[in-house]
Amino acid sequence: MSTTKMHAIQGVNAALHQAMTEDEKVLVLGEDIADPEGGGITGAAQGLSTKFGDRVRSTPISEQAIVGAAIGAAMAGYKPVAEIMLMNFTTVAMDMIFNHAAKLRFMSGGQTSVPIVIRTLTGAGWQTAGQHADHLEGWFAHAAGIKVVAPSSPADYKGLMLSCIQDPDPCIFIESAGTMFIPSEVDDDQGPIPLGKARIVQEGTDVTLVTWSSQCIRAQMALEGFAEAGVSVELIDLRTISPWDRETVLASAQKTGRVLIAHEAVRDFGPGAEIAATINEELFGKLKAPVRRLGAPKCPVPFAKALEDAYIVQPADMIAAVKGLMS
Amino acid sequence: MSEASNAPQPDTKALVDIYRRMVRIERNDDAILSTIRKGRLQMPYYSARGQEVIPATVSHFLTDEDQICTIYRGIQDMVAKDMPLKPLWAEIAGRVDGTCKGKGGPMHLTHPETGVMVTTGIVGSSMPIANGLAWAAQLDGSKRVVIAYFGDGASNIGAFHEAMNLAGLWKLPVIFVCPNNRYAEHTSFEKGTAVDKISKRAVGYGMPGFTIDGNDPFEMYAHVATAIDRARAGEGPTLLECNTFRFMGHVLGDDMKYMPEGELAKAKENDPLPAFRQKLLDDGHATEAQLEEMTQQIEQEVAAAREFGMASEVPSADELRRDVFEQEMSA
Repeated sequence: MSTTKMHAIQGVNAALHQAMTEDEKVLVLGEDIADPEGGGITGAAQGLSTKFGDRVRSTPISEQAIVGAAIGAAMAGYKPVAEIMLMNFTTVAMDMIFNHAAKLRFMSGGQTSVPIVIRTLTGAGWQTAGQHADHLEGWFAHAAGIKVVAPSSPADYKGLMLSCIQDPDPCIFIESAGTMFIPSEVDDDQGPIPLGKARIVQEGTDVTLVTWSSQCIRAQMALEGFAEAGVSVELIDLRTISPWDRETVLASAQKTGRVLIAHEAVRDFGPGAEIAATINEELFGKLKAPVRRLGAPKCPVPFAKALEDAYIVQPADMIAAVKGLMS
Repeated sequence: MSEASNAPQPDTKALVDIYRRMVRIERNDDAILSTIRKGRLQMPYYSARGQEVIPATVSHFLTDEDQICTIYRGIQDMVAKDMPLKPLWAEIAGRVDGTCKGKGGPMHLTHPETGVMVTTGIVGSSMPIANGLAWAAQLDGSKRVVIAYFGDGASNIGAFHEAMNLAGLWKLPVIFVCPNNRYAEHTSFEKGTAVDKISKRAVGYGMPGFTIDGNDPFEMYAHVATAIDRARAGEGPTLLECNTFRFMGHVLGDDMKYMPEGELAKAKENDPLPAFRQKLLDDGHATEAQLEEMTQQIEQEVAAAREFGMASEVPSADELRRDVFEQEMSA
């Protein structure tokens, strides 16, 4: 089987090219998304407008209009993939996403549906400060009717994007900066990867570490440290935050009896709280230690490098937390 | 009522059709009001009594293929578009035979078979989605048009401006129809809007805009005909500001104390329904007997729909797991 070494964004680009080729109903829209404007902020849409013409449209800086146009086109049989340049900008389109895209199927009793994908970039670590780097997956995971996907590997970027495009319901696809600079081999015929299924990155027996997106990358940077500490860590990349793979997480938690959840989103009321609560409900009495969570402090993403480093959960924090669970 | 010389003119058939749609709206509205007052329906109700000419005239030009996105005060828009009344009544009663299985209610009525695509409870949100439907029509190479209904208050929200700009930019086959009923909830038009005419805002978005007497079927007919022709020809959107008045206030139960004394009474003197009826009779477009028969037929339809809706079963709690996603959620 032939493979190609690629970065995460090249995985997205490959998926978009493949989906647009296979299905003429797939559309792509967003700020700067066409080739003359650069193919989107990360270039994920490069080559699409040249190849697919009017099915790819650069838009004004109008997030409500972008998501609204995607919703309407989806209701009329298209499969729009909208780029909202940065995840913080989804907040100005929240009415379209939360009140409409997520709810129209239910409110119409199943008569209409909104199969859109919203691709959006985020992630701290590049000194973009308080309005360009938030991980808001918890906001969207709290909404009924929308799926939340946050891959970490190039293969998952491609496979999960293909699944999001095919999915009959709206999907938020989070492209985190912390995942973007580690290329790896992707099968040239990499197809759709099912939503709602976690990936076990490394098997282990002592501690289950549940992560996703950028924190899965940082967790992999900590693997050596876990080994040096003599702890066998089972690392899970959740990949889909909503609906999340309870089966895989609970099976692993039952096996190890110790769970650490690490996400880039703010810890308080974050997705880790939902996962921890579920583990406690399902496995009370079978755990060897209380479930631990690591996440950002309840503070806006800071600018100064020293503050930003302290804000982000680092591999060393995970190693310390894993050791703590063992003691 | 004006009958401008060069503008498209309605013939007798068109006028009677517009009147029929107005009566359908008004008789249905009356039945909803009386059913709520008897305690047999519990729902927030935003009557559009007094605004009937606008959707009746717009709908005269629409087929089932043409689509509308409307708002919480939008039952008139779907009734005008000949959405069947039985599933409408079952829906507002929250029953399983409702068009949305009782899950949307009066503020989210949806009926794609007659082109009722979205009803939103969020001010201004009909417009960005109407653009998307119109974009699809454009990509399909279809002649269908999309109507975005919204109130005067919605012209001050960001979604209006973003949607108008994109529609003008992409020359979308969408018509922005704004019944200006002079009040945004309880705040008068003058206290909430920096311009004297909403239609002036069209200039900023590269489309024609007109302020019309929304209670005048002739003036409405001429402007809607032109706007629809323009949209179907691929020439882009139009903004129609249709001046009117709402007789029942913002929501049922509104005491309307925020209105200057006499304003409502004066507006009611210009009730478009009896005025248009008289015009049809005076000009020989219809006879008293014809209009009476038409009204009776509509009343029978409304009564049958009400009976059907109230007799329908209530939904089971299992419905909470359905239609959230395509795949039913596990219990």
